[in-house]
Amino acid sequence: MANVDKEMLAQFLLRMGDNSLILGHRVSEWCGHAPVLEEDIALANTALDLIGQTQLWLGYAAEVIGDKTADDLAFLRDVWDFRNILLVELPNGDFGQTLMRQFLYDAYQSILLPRLAKSSDPRVAEIAEKASKEAAYHVERSADTVVGLGDGTEESHARMQTALNKLWPYVGEIFASDAVDAAMAASGIAPDPASLRAEYDALVGNVMAEATLTIPEGDFAHLGGRTGATHTEHLGHLLTQMQWLQRAYPGASW
Amino acid sequence: MYAQMIKSEASKDDPEKLAEFQAKIDADIKVEPRDWMPEGYRKTLIRQIGQHAHSEIVGQLPEGNWITRAPTLERKMILLAKVQDEAGHGLYLYAAAETLGVSRDELTEMLLDGRMKYSSIFNYPTLNWADIGAVGWLVDGAAIMNQVPLQRTSYGPYSRAMIRICKEESFHQRQGYDIMMKMAQGTEAQKKMAQDALNRLWYPSLMMFGPSDAESVHSTQNMAWKIKMNTNDELRQKFVDQTVPQAEYLGLTIPDENLKWNEDKGGYDYSDPDWTEFFNVLKGNGPCNTDRLEARNKAWDDGAWVRDGLMAHAEKKRAAKTAAE
Repeated sequence: MANVDKEMLAQFLLRMGDNSLILGHRVSEWCGHAPVLEEDIALANTALDLIGQTQLWLGYAAEVIGDKTADDLAFLRDVWDFRNILLVELPNGDFGQTLMRQFLYDAYQSILLPRLAKSSDPRVAEIAEKASKEAAYHVERSADTVVGLGDGTEESHARMQTALNKLWPYVGEIFASDAVDAAMAASGIAPDPASLRAEYDALVGNVMAEATLTIPEGDFAHLGGRTGATHTEHLGHLLTQMQWLQRAYPGASW
Repeated sequence: MYAQMIKSEASKDDPEKLAEFQAKIDADIKVEPRDWMPEGYRKTLIRQIGQHAHSEIVGQLPEGNWITRAPTLERKMILLAKVQDEAGHGLYLYAAAETLGVSRDELTEMLLDGRMKYSSIFNYPTLNWADIGAVGWLVDGAAIMNQVPLQRTSYGPYSRAMIRICKEESFHQRQGYDIMMKMAQGTEAQKKMAQDALNRLWYPSLMMFGPSDAESVHSTQNMAWKIKMNTNDELRQKFVDQTVPQAEYLGLTIPDENLKWNEDKGGYDYSDPDWTEFFNVLKGNGPCNTDRLEARNKAWDDGAWVRDGLMAHAEKKRAAKTAAE
């Protein structure tokens, strides 16, 4: 492993694992309620990939932290210990908002993961190698759906524009680098997120243009998820449901 | 067994053609979509395959009820994979039904307005985590009992769909039993959950096979056409005989004081489920009928703008392509 502060590495791994855990959970809430059968299958498949990635990221985080398992981290931490970006913990909204959020996240992952596959940390590289194949497929699908609905009917266009307006202020957090990111970049484990912004804007810009949607002006960003300083009120409710059995029956094996 | 009480349709076709058709079925030659078939055969199959497909779709709901509360990451993944399989089964089955001249949208509308049914079992709630184990163990177990012989059913597309589905269902049943093992060997609270799940789901699982043969008026024609392969009582007996030793191994008690081994018939004697309750569930009075249909109707209505939007976009692309040519 590269020479890096273990606490910093653990924070980085929690950010990766918590993003996929919380988004995977949100997507799984759609099960059985999608607009068309093919979407039920696709959403379950996306959630499945994300929870699979969670096992790997949190599994590694648990090793670095020591004396923990991926399940301990998922089911026994409270809100302030979660390091996911705010974007993924927002409620699903309508199908358009869910798919817009998915695209905004997939676009970031599709740029980040191929770089992580070349990480100086072989474990990070190995996880990213697997996850980047899934991300490539996810972004293709979510981009197609955003384009189809953005450039569909008047109603679908309006709904997608509303979703983009609502979610855009949560995009900036992805690129808000801090000391953890600086440590990862210095040791060659992960790129500085700020350095990925131009590529992200180009990708998202192209898809939104094709979808006939307008990216809102202004660069205001809601922050506080990836540092854990200020999550939204929504995360606590998500955890009450997700963690319920583990909390109600401590020590049981499932 | 996701198709219950399938009403057979009388055929008013030419007797000579009917006899030829029957001879073909008796010789185990598969009927394919382009072949001549009696109108009654076609209509009965639409009803049966449609009901089976609807059961896969509605069946996502009681399991989906626990996806967001699954106790470990691995259990969440297994359950997601299972529910995804079920949606996939729905898709194969709707595709098989479409070869008989009915569209998926038409079938969906008949489900949503109550003209078509889905299996009675999905009108029962999943109340604790062991229910997810019991659904895999008992409900998928009962479904497999019926679906394995249906791999030999006379209609080609249905038979082929069943072959694919059976492969996945046996994995579903194993994961259900695995949950039950964990629960039965777990803490006192977990054992209590396991027994509670078995108590509530045992009789509804027996109901999945449909009423007793004596009361099942449609069986004869459907069996002659090889749309139905075994009688309801045969399959129910087989299910009880398979399940009792599994429950014993788990250390759980089947909620039937009349259950005992009968040496003469080489099977267990058991109590019938309450058929009044069964008919009530079919009429819409089960614990979850209203919730299930409301959930499906809401998904369909809320999704209308998505389906319309994607269609409109596909149409625009097609028009642009035609204009460019």
